[in-house]
Amino acid sequence: MCKDCGCSITTNNHQHGHTHVDEFGREFTHVHDHEHDTLEHPHEGGHHHHHHGEDEHSHTHQAAHETLHHNPQLNDSKTIAVIKKILDKNDHEAHHNREHFNEHGVLAINLMSSPGSGKTTLLEKMAGLAPFKFGVIEGDLETSRDADRLIAKGISAVQIQTGSACHLDAFMVHKGLSDLAIADLDVCFIENVGNLVCPASYDVGSHLNIVLVSIPEGEDKIAKYPVMFRCADLILITKTDLLPYFQYDIECEKAEARKIKPNVDILEVNINDEASIKQVIEWIEFKRKMRN
Amino acid sequence: MHEYSIVQALLTQCEDIAKENEAESVTKIIVKIGKMSGVEPHLLEIAFNTFKEKTVCDGADFVLNIQPLVIECKGCGVQTTLEKIYYKCPACESLDVKVIDGEDMFLMSLEME
Repeated sequence: MCKDCGCSITTNNHQHGHTHVDEFGREFTHVHDHEHDTLEHPHEGGHHHHHHGEDEHSHTHQAAHETLHHNPQLNDSKTIAVIKKILDKNDHEAHHNREHFNEHGVLAINLMSSPGSGKTTLLEKMAGLAPFKFGVIEGDLETSRDADRLIAKGISAVQIQTGSACHLDAFMVHKGLSDLAIADLDVCFIENVGNLVCPASYDVGSHLNIVLVSIPEGEDKIAKYPVMFRCADLILITKTDLLPYFQYDIECEKAEARKIKPNVDILEVNINDEASIKQVIEWIEFKRKMRN
Repeated sequence: MHEYSIVQALLTQCEDIAKENEAESVTKIIVKIGKMSGVEPHLLEIAFNTFKEKTVCDGADFVLNIQPLVIECKGCGVQTTLEKIYYKCPACESLDVKVIDGEDMFLMSLEME
């Protein structure tokens, strides 16, 4: 048995995953080899060791072990403990993306929300106001309309068409990164596919997550989609100019968000009120400065 | 909706591990799905049983354990399994809590032959 983990892998050298947490509280799982010292490895299973020819016996015993476990024909079923994150390949790629951003001193922000809560519009409005230079990796099922809208505002943007995939993963973002000149940027937004469910499960390699939720979507969205809001560093409640027309208790929604993520920052955004956009920019600029 | 992508990742993992261990087939898979992992366990199971065909996992039993949310209070040290999604220590009401389990998806063990 492996003394590191208690698993029943019988090869001398096998791998173990373990998890690191970065400064943003995100987890990465790595796999390291570790070796078993066969000399210290006790024989188990109540074998009798004869005193005569001990060395030879141990040797054949070892060989028998190997045959047993290397010959699938023996139909020896075995159970091994794995304990690996299912999305570990994605997480590994995400870690790689994050390092790529770090090398260029770029702050990467994953923007997530339902379709139509104002992700692209917010980016458009930020174009003339932000003190930092930003680019966008756009994710949509079809069309390059969002990227075209941003490019028209002078923002460098690349479009990823996911086909039918409901989220961006770290591999898609990696591909998008090869088409975006991030060396000239201060901030890179990853505008995820409009969806309050799936994108939350995938680390794409961003440093921060901003989640938008708009007034017309109605109350209870935060409580109904807790996984998404749990991963938010900043929640933007958008289209607040529509508050008079909807029954929407904004304070109640904020309280709900803080049940899920006690330390989350929340800002109200109305695209027609420049001051509210500037607040978002200030938040990003503050976070950016905290990394320099 | 992203259960299909997760199953693809899981099947690839199983193929890799089976290869490493020179196994011909996987007979049983145990996964642990956190309540706050963003995955619907029922859909994951359906997706797995649909996509396992003609892979090393064809015929494998899929055991899915749902992991509730477990937090540990950084103030008083009490560990709690949460019924409701409210990241607060019920013992001392502190919001400074650490998540112990329930936010991730893990492949726990494989039975192979």
